[in-house]
Amino acid sequence: MTAVLEVNGVPEEPDHVRQIRRGSLVNFWQALRSSKKAIVGSGILLVFTFLSLFPGLIAHDNPSAETYLPSLGTSSAHLLGTTSYGQDIYAQVIYGTRVSLLIAIVAGLLTTALSVVIGVSAAYLGGFADGVLSTFTDIFLVLPAFPLMIVIAAYSKNGGFTIIIAVLVVTGWSYGARQLRSQALSLRNRDFLLAAQLRGERKWRIIVTEILPNMTSLIVASFLGAAVYAVLAAAGLQFIGLGSVNTDSWGTMLYWAQNNDALLTGSPLWAIVPGLGIGLMGGAFALLNYAFDEVNNPALRPVRRKAVSS
Amino acid sequence: MILEVNDLCVDYVSPQGIARAVDLVNFSLDAGEFLSIVGESGCGKTTLLFSIAQLLSPPAELVSGSVTFKGENLVTLDKSSLRAVRWRDFSVVMQSAMNALNPVLTIRAQFVDVMHAHGQKNDVESDKRFAEVLRLVGIDAVHLRSYAHQLSGGMRQRVMIAMALLLSPDLIIMDEPTSALDVVAQRSLMVQIKELQEKLGFAVIFVTHDISLVSNFSDKLIVMYAGSVVEDGPTREIFEHPSHPYTQGLLSAFPSIHGPKVRLKGIPGSPPSLTQLPTGCPFHPRCAYAMESCSTVRPPVTPVGDVKVRCLLFENAEVHVGSD
Amino acid sequence: MRHFIRRTGFFLVTLWAALSINFLLPRLMPGNPAVAMMARFHGHLNGGAIRAMEIAFGVNTKSSLLSQYFTYLGNSFTGHWGISLTFFPNSVSSVVLAALPWTIALVGVTTVLAFVLGTLIGIIGAWNRGKLFDSLLPPIFIVLSAFPYFFLGLMAILLFSVKLGWFPTSGAYTNGVIPAFNWSYISDVLQHAVLPGLTILVTSIGGWILTMRNNMIGTLSEDYIRMARAKGLSSRLVMFNYAARNAILPNLTGFGMSLGFVVSGAILVEYVFAYPGVGYMLLQAVVNEDYPLMQTLFLFITVAVLLAVLIADGVVSLLDPRARSSK
Repeated sequence: MTAVLEVNGVPEEPDHVRQIRRGSLVNFWQALRSSKKAIVGSGILLVFTFLSLFPGLIAHDNPSAETYLPSLGTSSAHLLGTTSYGQDIYAQVIYGTRVSLLIAIVAGLLTTALSVVIGVSAAYLGGFADGVLSTFTDIFLVLPAFPLMIVIAAYSKNGGFTIIIAVLVVTGWSYGARQLRSQALSLRNRDFLLAAQLRGERKWRIIVTEILPNMTSLIVASFLGAAVYAVLAAAGLQFIGLGSVNTDSWGTMLYWAQNNDALLTGSPLWAIVPGLGIGLMGGAFALLNYAFDEVNNPALRPVRRKAVSS
Repeated sequence: MILEVNDLCVDYVSPQGIARAVDLVNFSLDAGEFLSIVGESGCGKTTLLFSIAQLLSPPAELVSGSVTFKGENLVTLDKSSLRAVRWRDFSVVMQSAMNALNPVLTIRAQFVDVMHAHGQKNDVESDKRFAEVLRLVGIDAVHLRSYAHQLSGGMRQRVMIAMALLLSPDLIIMDEPTSALDVVAQRSLMVQIKELQEKLGFAVIFVTHDISLVSNFSDKLIVMYAGSVVEDGPTREIFEHPSHPYTQGLLSAFPSIHGPKVRLKGIPGSPPSLTQLPTGCPFHPRCAYAMESCSTVRPPVTPVGDVKVRCLLFENAEVHVGSD
Repeated sequence: MRHFIRRTGFFLVTLWAALSINFLLPRLMPGNPAVAMMARFHGHLNGGAIRAMEIAFGVNTKSSLLSQYFTYLGNSFTGHWGISLTFFPNSVSSVVLAALPWTIALVGVTTVLAFVLGTLIGIIGAWNRGKLFDSLLPPIFIVLSAFPYFFLGLMAILLFSVKLGWFPTSGAYTNGVIPAFNWSYISDVLQHAVLPGLTILVTSIGGWILTMRNNMIGTLSEDYIRMARAKGLSSRLVMFNYAARNAILPNLTGFGMSLGFVVSGAILVEYVFAYPGVGYMLLQAVVNEDYPLMQTLFLFITVAVLLAVLIADGVVSLLDPRARSSK
């Protein structure tokens, strides 16, 4: 049996508990590294990050320059052919990686930040404040996100990067906020928090140094989920022309491809390739999210079966 | 002898390594006998219980050994024969009735499932049986219509016991059925279980971490530590003359209401992680009588009177360590 | 019962929030975008209709913000949603009510189908853990459901319409065919519904399969499952009556959450296939700056979602006795 150490009459976290916490971080990293899903997901994202940072290394043409003959098929000069405007599709796809990835990450981070602030505050403030924040969260949870995005974007004529990020965050934060609030609530009643309070720590310090570290896995999972959401929703908005139609993102490529009936007029790659890109990027985040889930919940891990000897 | 467990080994397989939760366990049980398995949390007693009842699930695996119940080895029995034997010949009472009862079905529906699974489709006859078993545990038959969450803790536990009695099994396996109850309810449930046992004649395997709870009720006692059986014998004998140092430690940790005021001695240290068992005897790091050989040799089973002990102290026959 | 009333109350609050958003948005945007839109109506509408729109969008009106708000709310609840620019001079309500049945049929049917099939496959997947069925399933569907709905739709058109010619590329029925209750019309409609329907089905089923599978796995580790095994019950009984009946509950409660994806998917699929449902109309309205139509469609979609959530809630309390106990 373990004794509870008391320092000046106040309970302190026993050594072996701290070791278990550190140990579990190492275990966690090991488990993540051995997960095939995590490897594939992060591999894809690494490739995309590389493409975002150094597009010029892979593609040699200016993506928006309309210098070539329109609607060419594939060739060694144009790996994926050209658009109806004479732009090199291959260059567009490569340069488009940056915008799409940026949207996913920025929107993902901002959405998660908002979710954390609202969710944890609601849990910690309790009472009336919690009631208000929770109802606010629930309203945004139920309001259909895509139509809301469409309506907001429709009123802001010129679209652009900021508007897309803004509508993604406004519509996406509520899911994470609810999950984080639940977890924060369950943590709130645990003994180690009572111990922190007895040690005399201030409320906000308790939140930052005790509660949040225990929520890191949920926060990371929220970010990954928000990133998937951002990729798909941004693509959807751009596809119907509500993103800025002058940027090079994949969704916008799909918009122009659709408007020029790419499928029917024989330049299907114009639509197929950016679509694949969106799917891969969203899929990569989703795989990482799934791998994360598995590591956190051992019951979900892949099962090995062995025969019983007797 | 209705149950014989031979060299049973159960492992938990995880990315961190293999934990041996049950290590070469041997014991036997006669008809109508009350056997208690006692040990700290994490010593493997619940795993042992589930491995006997063939209820293990991944990552736990029954690696070797046999469980012979009424002449049949349950480990190698085919699925449909095993299913027929279940509940009819041996049943299980779990620790938390709240978790062991299906939350979306009525009590009656769960009773009916048992009857139908064993070929008794006459619901009118079954209803009589339901009322009978409920009466045995002191519960009104009206609760057949209730859901698990509508009953109190003690009532739920009794319902579980009633369900275990449905097909008049020869053996009932109980996994700490009283831990979730308060002290008074615990005692009253124990008394009831003992009465039922004497009346209906079934054998009991009772798992608990509370050795004082079973002192009056069980015929035989098994003490487990880190997956091994360290002491196995008649309850009275073990209580009066505990042999293994761990058993002595357990007994001296509980105060006696009637006896003189004695300073309580705990057992220093903590139980080992099952993935990193000490070499030799698993108890030696905490043992006051540990010798050199204890860290290298795994003690074999040695008989001391009617009791079987796994301790090198007794290897050279008739050495008896005093208890105080 | 009390729970139900609280839920309905919450939904009314949400509806109010949606109405308020509709009211505030044009006023919040720099240089009220409704002004330009209204200019296109001038000369084509009588004074009363114009005045109603001025109040709804806060253009040119002398009344206070608060009184505009209440008039707007009043009009909304009485079905006075204005005239549609895109389909001038039809009223917004007539356009919406014409589009509604198409969406309900296409999206409603496929969503329910996706839920039912997805749940079943998820149950079987969880029960057969470790076997081929289960190791292939999750990865395929994670990746598949990460692809945007419309992309699969485009691919489907490419493959089945353009290349193979099996199905038409767009619309709900062939132009010129007269709607009637005979087989030729119905089969025409069905033919047009196959590709959009399959697209929605394939992309949305993945989520159900995965969540049901994960819920089942969680449920299967519960004590009452072990008890059911101990009682000697058959595998099928344990899987359905003990495991699935419990595992499906979080899915149903989460049904409301997933509706967001269903709606977005439906809108995009209708767009790609030019299917004249509510989603397609919404996008037409956006392109044409037809704000009265746009706002009303937004409201309808919100109401539809709220109703669906309410129904899912009802199903949950039917299946879960704990939800029925007064809270």
